[in-house]
Amino acid sequence: MDIPLEKHKGKIRTVELRKESPSGLAIGGQDCLALHLFEGSYPNKPVIAWEITDTDPSKWLGDVRKPYKDVLGDPVGWAKMVREEHGAKIICLNLIGTDPNKDDKSPEEAASLLKNILSAIDIPVIVKGPGPGEKQNDVLAACAEAASGQSCLFAAAVEEQYKTLVASCMAYGHALVAETPIDVNLCKQLNILISDMNLSLDRVVIDPLTGGLGYGLEYTYSVMERIRLQALGGDEMMQNPFICFIGDEVWKVKEVKADDPAWGDREKRAILWEIATATSLLYSGADILVMRHPEAIKAVNEAIDDLMKG
Amino acid sequence: MALTGLQIFKLLPNTNCGDCGVPTCLAFAMKLAAKRVELSKCPHASDEAKAALGEASAPPIRKIAIGAGENMATVGEELVMFRHDKTFYHKTVIAPLLHDNNNAVDEAKTLSSIVVERAGEVLKIDAIALQQSGDDGEHFAKTAQAISSETGLPLILISGDPDGMKKALDLVGDKRPLVYPMVNENFDGMTAIAKEKGVPIVVAGPSGLDGLIERVKKVKAAGVEDIVLDPSSKSLAGSLRDQTLIRRAALQADIKDLGYPTISGALSGGDSSCKSSIASIAAICKYSSFLVIEDFQPWQFLPLLTLRQNIYTDPQKPLQVEPKIYPILEPDESSPLLVTTNFSLTYFMVSTEIDDSEVPSHLLITEAEGQSVLTAWAAGKFSPEIIAKAVMESKIEERLKHRNLIIPGYVAMLSGELEENLPGWRVHVGPQESADIPAYLREEWPQIASSPAGDA
Ligand code: B12
Ligand code: SF4
Repeated sequence: MDIPLEKHKGKIRTVELRKESPSGLAIGGQDCLALHLFEGSYPNKPVIAWEITDTDPSKWLGDVRKPYKDVLGDPVGWAKMVREEHGAKIICLNLIGTDPNKDDKSPEEAASLLKNILSAIDIPVIVKGPGPGEKQNDVLAACAEAASGQSCLFAAAVEEQYKTLVASCMAYGHALVAETPIDVNLCKQLNILISDMNLSLDRVVIDPLTGGLGYGLEYTYSVMERIRLQALGGDEMMQNPFICFIGDEVWKVKEVKADDPAWGDREKRAILWEIATATSLLYSGADILVMRHPEAIKAVNEAIDDLMKG
Repeated sequence: MALTGLQIFKLLPNTNCGDCGVPTCLAFAMKLAAKRVELSKCPHASDEAKAALGEASAPPIRKIAIGAGENMATVGEELVMFRHDKTFYHKTVIAPLLHDNNNAVDEAKTLSSIVVERAGEVLKIDAIALQQSGDDGEHFAKTAQAISSETGLPLILISGDPDGMKKALDLVGDKRPLVYPMVNENFDGMTAIAKEKGVPIVVAGPSGLDGLIERVKKVKAAGVEDIVLDPSSKSLAGSLRDQTLIRRAALQADIKDLGYPTISGALSGGDSSCKSSIASIAAICKYSSFLVIEDFQPWQFLPLLTLRQNIYTDPQKPLQVEPKIYPILEPDESSPLLVTTNFSLTYFMVSTEIDDSEVPSHLLITEAEGQSVLTAWAAGKFSPEIIAKAVMESKIEERLKHRNLIIPGYVAMLSGELEENLPGWRVHVGPQESADIPAYLREEWPQIASSPAGDA
């Protein structure tokens, strides 16, 4: 029998996070399509980042508040809990409290929190700003400086606002997330702009923008496959690992919130909504999945282990 | 191997009669080679040509249908590895697994009664897989018959007992179930039964695709063509490998013995349903035509069927609804007016929530090339000008005695400019998520309606 195995010209870059720590991680590095261990090499497993917030996430649904009820509003305790009790390998610190429309916390406050988290746990940290705007630049710049030399991953650079973050990451030795709205060309374009500023693309992770299950997932799924095919085909401006922010997209939708008896147990359904969004994007190429519910994370981690046994 | 245009041409009469709708035999041969026309269009092709071409012109993955009537389920005929190249064609058939020793008939009835409409598609279970547990073939057959007549759903019959299978097919063979022989020793007997009844059969591989191909050759030699492949993968990783290679073999390597739809089983593994859920997700994303799910739970229904809906939608064009005013629950001159875009998912979300609110309303849908609210806004297709124009052109003014317009919460920023474009109107920012529309219409609308500023 002669079924062709596919060898590709291109290879995904390896992005190293928290390299100086024994619990540092490398992301990416594969030379084949998502999870295709049977025809390529996959030096690094996809990982799940536990999302934690700098301030009590009052908008989070009860299901994802309950498991963390003792540590909501105590981000350092929260980080330690997911590390020590759940064996987290990486976390995502979402600085929602710095949003001018929420608690409007200062950049300095965010920076000192990040420092405290980095000394409390030895795993890599993804730092997510409050979203595009002046505040984002100030917050991420202060955090990048405070975490100098700890190779964190900062989110996110967007086409309209990337220069300050690129400069901070260059100055203080961090990696960054390049976010574009579900579009192959925009993704490539932003990577070009970033590398034109001389930040090595070994320090860039692509956020293709996540549509949740039932709310645009199919667009994200396909744009990831297309970007990956182009990268493996040899396009050097696309050869970066992917990050997908799952939690935010999942935990707000109707099918997760609604108590319709015909739809079966609501909490189990909600957890499966997160599992399904994450798992399908794992199959389309995600290298980092940012998630919320411990049971969903456990299930997807088991799947990753199974897939990585080859 | 697929034949080239010239090879096909040599098999045609070369009379250039044009009856096929193409001026010359050569041109017809070229089209045939490109699979853009079928041989049956040439009324003069010899039997020899038909035999030679039959195989070459068949779709690379055979079409298989199970069941009868309106619930018939069709799989196969896929043409691509990636959904962005062309829509995945026949959706994965989702079949919960039941055992004939339990209340299989009642369970089947319950499962088949779950029906949810989502984004204009009716989601429901496609088939029932029934497994014979003991050696009472009679009971298996009767259970199959009862499920078939109670639910009308196509069946996947799983058994290692040729006698039970035969009895079942005597009762439901005309409903074209899929035969799944469980124990390999009985395989020849099962093949003979499937052939006799003219129903499709699952060929399960011992291990590896080479072994699977050997089995397929045997079954074909026995005269059965309607085959479904079970690569008997042992893990998630094995399943991804096997499913990918089978599809690649059919589409790219022209390996005819693997040119069939596939089946995957999501077995619960006892401890939790997470494992079966994940195996199901993998099967839907990666090429399974049939998915048999053990211990299927109602809460798995929406996530799994929504995923299938997502993966199988046409990636080129978003589903759209017609831009116009939709009356919901018989609204009158004092009912609220809400506006959104013509993306069918958006329309569906908003209209069901209005329906749930029990507040009769007018829903204005604008032309936005089928894009969601924020996508359309970002692309300039849901601008204050466009919305204002849609309001004016709808002539809704003539049917309303108030001048209040409710816009989606996510586009709060356009309310000021929209008011400027709509003299005499007041623009109200609704909630961001449609799930909050019922509370909004019940609690906030009465206040808006009673405030004098918005009167006509
Ligand atoms: C899928 C998607 C796409 C798909 C298109 C899908 C489609 N048919 O619309 C594609 C890939 C094509 C796309 C393209 C673009 N996109 Co886009 N896309 C998304 C994504 C991931 C999901 C959108 C979606 O389907 N939502 C589901 C529907 C149901 O939501 P909805 O319509 O908003 O409806 C909800 C509510 O608004 C509410 N609601 C709706 N109507 C009403 C009415 C009333 C009265 C009320 C009260 C409530 C209400 O109910 C619904 C359920 O809660 C979002 C990000 C995200 N995660 O949400 C980005 C997003 C919308 N896209 C964005 C952008 C920028 C674009 C592009 C302009 C990018 C570009 N430069 O090319 C293009 C524009 C297209 C073009 N060039 O013509 C941005 C918008 C930025 C902004 N906030 O300003 C977003 C937010 C991503 C981001 N964060 O950058 N996109
Ligand atoms: S109908 Fe057949 S014989 Fe006539 S032109 Fe077409 S291919 Fe040739």
